[in-house]
Amino acid sequence: MNNILIKNGRVIDPSQGLDEICDVYIANGVVREIGKNVKRKATTEIDATGLIIAPGLIDMHTHLREPGREDEETIYTGTRAAAAGGFTSVCCMANTRPVCDSRTGIKYILSRALETGVVNVFPVAAITVGQNGEEITEFGDLISAGAVAFSDDGNPVMNAEVMRRALEYTSMFDVPILDHCEDLNLSNVGVMHEGFIQSLLGLEGVPAAAETIQVGRDIELLEFFGGRLHICHVSASGSIHLLRRAKKRGVRVTCEVTPHHLTLTDELVKKTNFDTNAKVKPPLTSEEDRQELIRGLQDGTIDVIATDHAPHTDKDKDMVFMDAPFGLIGLETAVPIIFTELVHKRFITMSQMIEKMSVNPARILKIERGTLKAGAVADVTILDPNRRYTIRADKFFSRSRNTPFDGKKCRGAVDTTIVGGRIIFSKGKILEEKGG
Amino acid sequence: MDRGKNMKFQHKHLLGLEELTREEIELILENTAGFKEIFTRSIKKVPTLRGKTVVSLFYENSTRTRTSFEIAAKRLSADVINFNVSTSSVVKGESLLDTVHTIESLGADFIVMRHSCPGAPQLLARKCRASIINAGDGPHEHPTQGLLDAFTIKEKKGGFAGLNVVIVGDITHSRVARSNIWALSKLGAHITIAGPSTLLPKPFERLGVRLCSNLREAIRDADVINLLRIQIERQRANLFPSIREYSLLYGLSEERLKWAKKDVLIMHPGPINRGVEISQSVADGKHSVILEQVTNGVAVRMAVLYLLSGGEENE
Repeated sequence: MNNILIKNGRVIDPSQGLDEICDVYIANGVVREIGKNVKRKATTEIDATGLIIAPGLIDMHTHLREPGREDEETIYTGTRAAAAGGFTSVCCMANTRPVCDSRTGIKYILSRALETGVVNVFPVAAITVGQNGEEITEFGDLISAGAVAFSDDGNPVMNAEVMRRALEYTSMFDVPILDHCEDLNLSNVGVMHEGFIQSLLGLEGVPAAAETIQVGRDIELLEFFGGRLHICHVSASGSIHLLRRAKKRGVRVTCEVTPHHLTLTDELVKKTNFDTNAKVKPPLTSEEDRQELIRGLQDGTIDVIATDHAPHTDKDKDMVFMDAPFGLIGLETAVPIIFTELVHKRFITMSQMIEKMSVNPARILKIERGTLKAGAVADVTILDPNRRYTIRADKFFSRSRNTPFDGKKCRGAVDTTIVGGRIIFSKGKILEEKGG
Repeated sequence: MDRGKNMKFQHKHLLGLEELTREEIELILENTAGFKEIFTRSIKKVPTLRGKTVVSLFYENSTRTRTSFEIAAKRLSADVINFNVSTSSVVKGESLLDTVHTIESLGADFIVMRHSCPGAPQLLARKCRASIINAGDGPHEHPTQGLLDAFTIKEKKGGFAGLNVVIVGDITHSRVARSNIWALSKLGAHITIAGPSTLLPKPFERLGVRLCSNLREAIRDADVINLLRIQIERQRANLFPSIREYSLLYGLSEERLKWAKKDVLIMHPGPINRGVEISQSVADGKHSVILEQVTNGVAVRMAVLYLLSGGEENE
């Protein structure tokens, strides 16, 4: 097996409070040593001068679409997109076809990941059978098969009693419920954030209350009945207020935000003349909401940045706004966007970025990742904070192209992605050869 | 004919009135007056668009607007094709873009489109070479209706400065309201929108529009009242309890008309629900210009087709 010596990089590892110029030595897939002037023999040496060495990034909200919609994405293409985006691990959501609600589903994903994937795939299982919101799945069996969390993402659990039981029942396993908060009666046929822009365009609106009502409901359920709750893709300032207050009184709730909600607003729908790449759930919110999301990121209310990578074909997105599916892809744009819009503009530090894209997801999911401590699995992401990089959708490794960031000029990019001690991605190329 | 004082219209498409300047709207209105003059001639046809093809593509039912565009195009000597969505391959699942590319390959110079989704004409404009004219995209815009309403007001009132225009009805779901608001506010009128609070978009206050849910207050000092058709589907969505209650609160009767100015104009984009938003006698009364709106619609659409074609004579 390869031994890798990464020399002279700025190691930022918030899991051990480290931020120093160091060398990192990797042998047999494990981090062996971090320090100054490490003298080790290595088959591969990487000069990381001017670069950041971070624990491998983890995207805890990815749609890989396999099985069922392999025309949109597969584990083969999606994990390559992840590697190119600096992610060494992804959590794939359960809204596949069929829904991942059984041991068979989990095992299928894990075996496909082994055959075709290039990064770690941690499957998320459905909360309810078929994501129908009615009967809970076999959590115990699913966890033993490899599920790391439960989510009906895309199909929120509308029945509070069902959510109560799910939280109560999972409390004995201490796994999180990844909660897509949306009151379907309120969001109804809405396709964009309800507000000024929406009222000008005459599109049906989704009021912010569609999200905040369920955030509030599920925080209440958590306090009464236990379990662990992680709120997916928060978008409304009202949700941040609820979460901030809950955390202050010690409730075990965590949450994530997407790069697009941190950087785009409902203005985009108008500015792009109804481009369907601006259609996403939850919808892009107002500038005031966006400012509150950034504050939430800064004060720790928001634990995680996750992409909600949601691939759709051109055929499906080339429709009128009402008919096009919700969602956009994010694996290959997250790092350059976060660097450009948040780190270089001094809203968050690089250490906060890595904390929210690696350390915290690992902690919430209880997976042994997100650290470069000696003995840890050698999942490492090397970032170039100053590289000029233009996002080009036609160059994506993902099978889909649905991004609102196409053509955007960025500063900051992924240099190298190492998974389990193997260099998977370096300088724009996927190095691992595995069949599709 | 006075064809707009040498100013050229710079747009290839007419998608909405929000993106037009006051001067551009005035240019269209001036040209409209010129085309309306043709209606008094014995031969109501000019050769302006000879050799051009206008295709109308309506994904929603419409008799008036479609017929109005058809007559306008024919009076300009264009060839007019009505692409019938309900009997075409669209019902076999052909996508909007495939349909439009087919129409374009058949040689369309103009596509007049109506669709239930806001932004549908914008999608076409991005992907097509033909000039796109929006004949209504969901609740978003209906630019030729806004223009014909402005033209009618100008004809009757002489101008817009200081004029109080009240639009009554389901503003939230009305493309007519939006296009009227853009045109009339640019031209200098004061606009009030009136109706149940569930059907008045509150953010419109940011456009300088007054919101009012009390009809009497809304139409006091009104120079123009534009009544919109109320749709039964909205009752099913709980936006108001019943057509009966709507009519009780907002139906315009002869009695209530007295709350407005003596020379108030009554407008309606049609089709009207007699006895719901407007009483029989008001619809047919001396204040009503509803049928003149229809006539003006043809002249406005001629002006729009003419200006979009580059504003040059084809002789």
